[in-house]
Amino acid sequence: MKDKPLSQPHKDMLDTLNTLIGTTIGTNTNGHDPLYNFGFIDEDAKREVRRKLLKAVALPGHQVPFASRDMPIARGWGTGGLQVTLALVEPRDVVKVIDQGDDDSVNAVNLRRFIQKTTGIDFTIDTAEATIVQTRHRIPEEPLRADQILVLQVPMVDPLRWVEPVIERATAMHAEADYGLMWVYMYESVVSSGDMNVAAQYPVMVEDRYMMDTTPIPRYDVPRLHMAETLYVFGAGREKRVYAVPPYTKVVPLSFEDYPFTTEHNPALSCEKCGANDTYVTGHFVPDAPTETTGHWAYQCSDTSYCAKRAAASRDQAVTEAS
Amino acid sequence: MGYVAAKGGTQAVLHAEELLEYFRLKGESEPISVRQIQDQMRLAVDRAMGEGSLYAPELAALALKQSEGDSLEASFLLRAYRSTVPRLSYSLPAEGVRMRVLRRISATFKDIPGGQLLGPTRDYQLKLLNTSLISESSQSMHDYLSQFAHKLNGQPAQSVQAADTQKSIDGQTGIFPKVVENMRAQGILAQPPAQDVAEAMAEPYDVTRKAISFPAPRSARLQVLTQGDVGALQTFAYSSVRGYGDIHPTLGELRFGYLPVEVAHPLTGEPVEIGEILATECEMVSRVYASNEQDAEQQTRHRESSPPAFGLGYGFCFGHNEVKVMSMSILDRVISAAKASGVHGQGGAAAEEEFVLLHVDGIESSGFTAHYKLPHYVSFQSDISVLERARDYRAAQSAETAETRQQTTQFKE
Repeated sequence: MKDKPLSQPHKDMLDTLNTLIGTTIGTNTNGHDPLYNFGFIDEDAKREVRRKLLKAVALPGHQVPFASRDMPIARGWGTGGLQVTLALVEPRDVVKVIDQGDDDSVNAVNLRRFIQKTTGIDFTIDTAEATIVQTRHRIPEEPLRADQILVLQVPMVDPLRWVEPVIERATAMHAEADYGLMWVYMYESVVSSGDMNVAAQYPVMVEDRYMMDTTPIPRYDVPRLHMAETLYVFGAGREKRVYAVPPYTKVVPLSFEDYPFTTEHNPALSCEKCGANDTYVTGHFVPDAPTETTGHWAYQCSDTSYCAKRAAASRDQAVTEAS
Repeated sequence: MGYVAAKGGTQAVLHAEELLEYFRLKGESEPISVRQIQDQMRLAVDRAMGEGSLYAPELAALALKQSEGDSLEASFLLRAYRSTVPRLSYSLPAEGVRMRVLRRISATFKDIPGGQLLGPTRDYQLKLLNTSLISESSQSMHDYLSQFAHKLNGQPAQSVQAADTQKSIDGQTGIFPKVVENMRAQGILAQPPAQDVAEAMAEPYDVTRKAISFPAPRSARLQVLTQGDVGALQTFAYSSVRGYGDIHPTLGELRFGYLPVEVAHPLTGEPVEIGEILATECEMVSRVYASNEQDAEQQTRHRESSPPAFGLGYGFCFGHNEVKVMSMSILDRVISAAKASGVHGQGGAAAEEEFVLLHVDGIESSGFTAHYKLPHYVSFQSDISVLERARDYRAAQSAETAETRQQTTQFKE
């Protein structure tokens, strides 16, 4: 897969990143900083994370406690996802790191820089090329395959936190599948606001057994968890929990017969850059010129890599048609 | 520049680092040495070691320099460094009684075996700015030190000796008996609950190797508290003694000094002293109340087995930090009392074990609080969509109400 030539927009993005960091994204170096163990955390810590992940895979949607080492990244800034990635990553892996769907978001840059420094592995921006994708708040637009793993950074680990903040009690509720309080919460939100008053972080039932928090991925991404080809792994560093949705797992958002689950998707909104109206778009201010305060508000794909791919493809097509 | 705009993120992050370094240096004053911080910012170093949970004065001083004095950031640097250090061995349990004491006081008795030793403390210093420090020089420092040395050497030898024999056991200088041992001998201290005793005999729970779960063993509680943020510990402890609790603590003993650390010899198993750490230790005592919640039978059994007594709260931290160990020992006592009576949170938030232990860690709480600086525009877009839906619903409802009202009015007419 590494031999496959990069598309031009991706090559450009990689070149820019490489020049700026002064390192080597996209070219295999194995030149990780010898001061640190491969993947920073020690092998015992990795083994613990892997064992807990196996348990998580065996019990889809169940929160499994893990020790969660202190990382040189702040708690709440992706330390759980990071530990999962570092426990899984091998020298031959190709990793993609995104935040809000963007490879060049500040925190994605920072996490990638850290993984690069401590592993020396290859990175990519192209979702299709990655073996591991670490993400915050989004699932990439392009369908993920069975040979890929999606690692989600998790801020709030327990969907019951809204109705039962005491972990000791919430744990018992999960054990007994006692989710009545949450259903009441959903019912009340319908009564007060006319529909389920949940934006991102939508609660789901996994394999009819565990209620699971979907991290703040938008509702738009929730259906992708259901019967997917890919393994989804969730890591919460501060809360010291991992959980998983293995491939081909039933994932059902909480809903009522007369109030079905809906996503944010609005086909009337399309991306200003690539024209797509079947992606998750977010509102951006587009200045008339850099550093200008005048400009306009527009919708753009939050998955920047997919957007760039689409834009390039439509340009190519335009060129072909013209010639 | 947009901080997530395409191709902007990487550049912005790198530029921010350069700018930060510039701000650290732009005053162009003589760079402060790590050694100076270690010597002259003693308490900041101790706090960073305590909250960073790593005993390394030089590294703590370096962390303070790097973080421009931000104590949470310095603790964070140490904490992150700690996870790269191999765990070679666990020390043998250290006993506070073996501390070479620099200061020890008790509020429970006027005189205690060994005597009260005020030591270096700011407790009774008037809080007046010392403007002479503005012009402090190497010369004035050397003058003071030589005068002080003279004062020490000029002391009559016999009085020093007399004090020593009075204050020591086994003829060792600075070794004092523990005040609480006296109370224990008098039989006024409660026996710890059987479960605590069993846990104390077992290997301690290691919170760095195992996620804490609730109810937590006392060893886990003490570990979390000792690496907790001093401000957080103080807030919870204060809330309890100010009014949201009724444990009425009294300071049994507060001491700080050098505590020997021993490990078992890998071949012989004999204890070997590998060095000393500077540490502060505290015991708080308070009345143990019988719970109203317990059933009558249990209460009777309890009364028969144990007469009214004082309970103990324990505090310990690296370096010199008295308000920290006092807060910690109050919280330890409050939580023990709450657990013994089988009721959590009876005395406010400070008595809720889970609430306290999950909120006192400065590294965790600052990290998560600060994470709201990260871009959230994907979830916010989702928030907007839900908000719009709720607004439409409300508007429809209002319209419906208005229509109904109009119809009613028409009907009346």
